[in-house]
Amino acid sequence: MSNRLSNAYWKSNLKILLSLLSIWFIVSFGFGILWSDQLDLIQIGGFKLGFWFAQQGSIYIFVILIFAYIHLMNRLDKKYKKSIEQEIDKN
Amino acid sequence: MSTQELTYLFVGLSFALYIGIAIYSRAGSTSDFYVAGKGVNPIANGMATAADWMSAASFISMAGLIAFMGKDGSVYLMGWTGGYVLLALLLAPYLRKFGQFTVPDFIGTRYYSKTARLVAVLCLIFVSFTYVAGQMRGVGIVFSRFLEIDIDQGVIFGMIIVFFYAVLGGMKGITYTQVAQYCVLIFAYLVPAIFISILITGNPIPQLGFGDTLVNSEVYLLDKLDQVTVDLGFTAYTENIKSNIDIFCITAALMFGTAGLPHVIVRFFTVPKVSDARKSAGYALVFIALLYTTAPAVGSFARMNFIDSVQDSKYIDAPSWFKNWEGVGLIAWNDKNADGLIRYEAGNTFKDGRPKFIDAIGPSSERLTSNISDNSNGNEIYIDRDIMVLANPEIANLPGWVIALVAAGGLAAALSTAAGLLLVISSSISHDLLKKTFKPNITEKQELLYARISAAIAILIAGLFGIYPPGFVAQVVAFAFGLAASTIFPALLLGIFTKSINKEGAISGMLSGLLFTSIYIVYFKFINPELNHSENWMLGISPEGIGFIGMLLNFLTSILVSRFFQSPSEEIVELIDRVRLP
Repeated sequence: MSNRLSNAYWKSNLKILLSLLSIWFIVSFGFGILWSDQLDLIQIGGFKLGFWFAQQGSIYIFVILIFAYIHLMNRLDKKYKKSIEQEIDKN
Repeated sequence: MSTQELTYLFVGLSFALYIGIAIYSRAGSTSDFYVAGKGVNPIANGMATAADWMSAASFISMAGLIAFMGKDGSVYLMGWTGGYVLLALLLAPYLRKFGQFTVPDFIGTRYYSKTARLVAVLCLIFVSFTYVAGQMRGVGIVFSRFLEIDIDQGVIFGMIIVFFYAVLGGMKGITYTQVAQYCVLIFAYLVPAIFISILITGNPIPQLGFGDTLVNSEVYLLDKLDQVTVDLGFTAYTENIKSNIDIFCITAALMFGTAGLPHVIVRFFTVPKVSDARKSAGYALVFIALLYTTAPAVGSFARMNFIDSVQDSKYIDAPSWFKNWEGVGLIAWNDKNADGLIRYEAGNTFKDGRPKFIDAIGPSSERLTSNISDNSNGNEIYIDRDIMVLANPEIANLPGWVIALVAAGGLAAALSTAAGLLLVISSSISHDLLKKTFKPNITEKQELLYARISAAIAILIAGLFGIYPPGFVAQVVAFAFGLAASTIFPALLLGIFTKSINKEGAISGMLSGLLFTSIYIVYFKFINPELNHSENWMLGISPEGIGFIGMLLNFLTSILVSRFFQSPSEEIVELIDRVRLP
């Protein structure tokens, strides 16, 4: 395996992690804690929005995040495998 | 059949199932014993991980805590699920790729140091025993209340069951038992929640029900709960009591602590491939979220029902659950104004905490205590938050089989977590301490024998914790998460994501996190508990949240110290490169 390829793989991996973890931070620490009181001014049905994020919404989004991660990483793995094969073909 | 008989039946059947599975899936090798031969299907592993992770605290205590903490209870919900995201994204796939048996294995190898391995083992054993003590208390509560046997006998019974499948089956036995335990516990959690949701709001889905209106009324449940709690002198249910910085730090400490808990991490060592490790983390969180999104609904229903059913009613007419739990000693009624009516409002019932019952009854035939009454408020009720989930079906007058089911579910939650913890304790002793450090020449067969012996000893110690519960169980839980967050998590994260951190950096980082966090917690929880108020805390951060600061300190120390010593060798850099690729 070439170094160039594994570096590229690692960089894409970090990019995926960074984007997913920023969403993770925003929905829990952001919506659920730091801006929760402001969001509480909005009420949907019986839920104040900040309260809903703190006790429900953040958890749903966590689940979606992990599945997004599985999907993105599987795609990356596939792409990476392909590039390796091409590299071998060239040689 | 009476509720009592049904409970015996349900608990008996579930126990028979666990033992059957254990006998069927005995471990034959150390690989079977430590990581179930690395052949577990990701969905099964997801369920096992969920059962492993959801302890007596999640099943029995959490909804009760939320019921009385209101919005502040969100720290547990976000903390214990959000940590999972960290685990799935930052640790699980890489540690699976590394492909050894234990968490100290990774730390010892990556930081090429027996000292680093030993520090990790020390933290791991401390964290795990703290946790086991909590599970055993859960087992004790369920047995004493529902099966009306002594707590001691209940704990011994639980020990025998765990002994069976943990010692015989190792990780393999535990994994398949945990799959069964997950099914039992989630069913037992959802059924009463759905019943109660229909009773209170008419909506069969608890997650939506607690945002719905009350039956035969236009008022939303949460609005009503806000109004009632404010009327009784509490902070409104949907508002925070704690300061934002404290909530932030507690949530963070729980999240990073969760991601650093060895018994959860090790579950990802059991699947065949790296992509399976990712997948099984996803399934695990789905299975966990099912309970965690139901818990806040159960919390709000429980608070509402509790207030409705006892407030201003005559003690002599109090419902049977109230007197049953009073009998167990987890509810106390202190008739301050001697009017025979139960009054619940904000404030302490007693000046000196938990009730100390004496052998006498009062004018309404209530159990008397030797506590000092706190007459600065009108609250006459002491209620242990741990009982809310267990009492909820009784409070809502649900049929006997639902109550029996909850008892079996509580036991499943406690036993599955206890087994997972005992396994990491035993493998860290037989594998990390003996095989890798002090007795490198033992054969695999001997190692397996040592693993079984140490599992047996760990169960005995855990049982003693259950029979003679140390009064400090609740206090040390902060410790478990704080330490996992401030020692294990940073060492793992830096080990994967940096190449420059060397053994000196990692060891000094772990020790600084360990010392800082323990000193802060010990100071406020044990040495000067009377100073444990927000005005004395550093930056307004409670001991529960200090693990987060300890973690930051660990990162800082590791990075700084690493600069002054030699970088890791070529071999280690290659190891890191290898771990990073799928």
